Amino acid sequence: MGQPAGPAAREGTRIAFPEVAVTLRVNGASTHLALDTRVTLLDALREHLALTGTKKGCDQGACGACTVLVDGRRVLSCLMLAVTCEGREVVTIEGLSEDLAVRPLQEAFVRHDALQCGYCTPGQIVSAVALLAEGRAESDEDVREFMSGNICRCGAYPNIVAAIRDVASGSTDALV
Amino acid sequence: MRSFDYSRATAVGEAVATVAADPAAAFLAGGTTQVDLMKDGVLAPARLVDITRLPLRYVHHGQDAVHVGALTSMEELAADPVVAQRLPVMREALLLGASVQLRNMATMGGNLLQRTRCRYFRDLTCPCNKREPGTGCAALQGVHRMHAVLGTSEHCIATHASDVAVALVALDAVVHVQGPEGERAIPLTDFYLLPREEPNRENVLRHGELITSIEVPLLPANARSVYLKVRDRTSYEFALSSAAVALVVRDGVIREARVGLGGVATVPWRAGGAEDVLRGARAGAEVFQSAAQAAVQGAIPHRDNAFKIELAKRTVVRALQTVSDKAS
Repeated sequence: MGQPAGPAAREGTRIAFPEVAVTLRVNGASTHLALDTRVTLLDALREHLALTGTKKGCDQGACGACTVLVDGRRVLSCLMLAVTCEGREVVTIEGLSEDLAVRPLQEAFVRHDALQCGYCTPGQIVSAVALLAEGRAESDEDVREFMSGNICRCGAYPNIVAAIRDVASGSTDALV
Repeated sequence: MRSFDYSRATAVGEAVATVAADPAAAFLAGGTTQVDLMKDGVLAPARLVDITRLPLRYVHHGQDAVHVGALTSMEELAADPVVAQRLPVMREALLLGASVQLRNMATMGGNLLQRTRCRYFRDLTCPCNKREPGTGCAALQGVHRMHAVLGTSEHCIATHASDVAVALVALDAVVHVQGPEGERAIPLTDFYLLPREEPNRENVLRHGELITSIEVPLLPANARSVYLKVRDRTSYEFALSSAAVALVVRDGVIREARVGLGGVATVPWRAGGAEDVLRGARAGAEVFQSAAQAAVQGAIPHRDNAFKIELAKRTVVRALQTVSDKAS
């Protein structure tokens, strides 16, 4: 009479899906997990680590809502298998929130009304943090081009561009 | 997604041996196409061998060529200073592909091996000779505005999606591979297979062979090159038509010419006929038109994609004009 070991066991079948031991280092903290090999980094973050700031939009690499930083580079967590992230440094929107450097960007998004529903916003912010670090926010055209991997269904693009340009040009007026 | 076993390779020989020993095994690098197609159930390897920790992530600068480790990301290669200076056509093609996030993940070896695919390939409810040989091609009578006009057959008309591969075929790049029987070098122009009786076979690699590096000969210092991509959206979209073009023009005469086409063919397309028209001719609008005509020689339109033939010609002319203006 052991503990239930997943849906297959509960149904009385004995199909063993391959699991692997993975140590994920996310936002500076390490967690040991036993994951089905199919689990994406996105699902590991949301379902296993309760970090739901990273959003699942299309789940097929087309929308950018799931953008996180891995070893300092922006990537799509929905197309990355969690098991391949062993030993990598993952930073999510929650991790950035503790970093004061992201504050001006968050404030600029609010100031410029750079969102409506807000579902894409965590991905936009993570992507924009990387964009600024890459030095690619020198013009509106560059911001549009190098943020094109982040889709906004509400169409807040003009305000997103304005918010990022504001931060890039050093205008960091405090939020009133 | 079908369940699979996972292992992480620490040496090239080990990775090759592991995949070669198991017909249902596959390499995993950036995963941007592979994981996506696995989610759709189109690909269902029983074993994935993660090669991302292999020491194949580098750009070496030789006298006459750059040697690109197969695990170098698209963004890393685009940031290389020698590439920017001597291979602008490749750099532009890299930066016009996908998005920054995808280019950070996607490796150069994986880019060359991305599946030639269309919506019917991804849709398990539709016949597709590439996914299930012998079932037919749903695209022939279906929605095929994005599909190919060059290198097609009655078996498959899916377009090869890579931008950088178009630049690389024009640049005479060479693919270095390691397999269970040793190493070999394959010119990229001989690497891809047209969709004939077996459209599921897209290149000459044998099971277990791994791309280890890509050798890209430098253009002559006096060459001018450009990658022009025409698409429905300004950014983050596949090409409707693209052209990778390089010219060496001296005293108004074209001494060397390279032309590759993307977005219109089943494989990255080297337009040798166009190069023959250009080489030795005086640079100008007329010869550019003739070259464009030669570039689409043999094109076969279908109901919704006939516009691509004229679009490809105009893309070639515009690209040639652009480098010609730069050169003068």
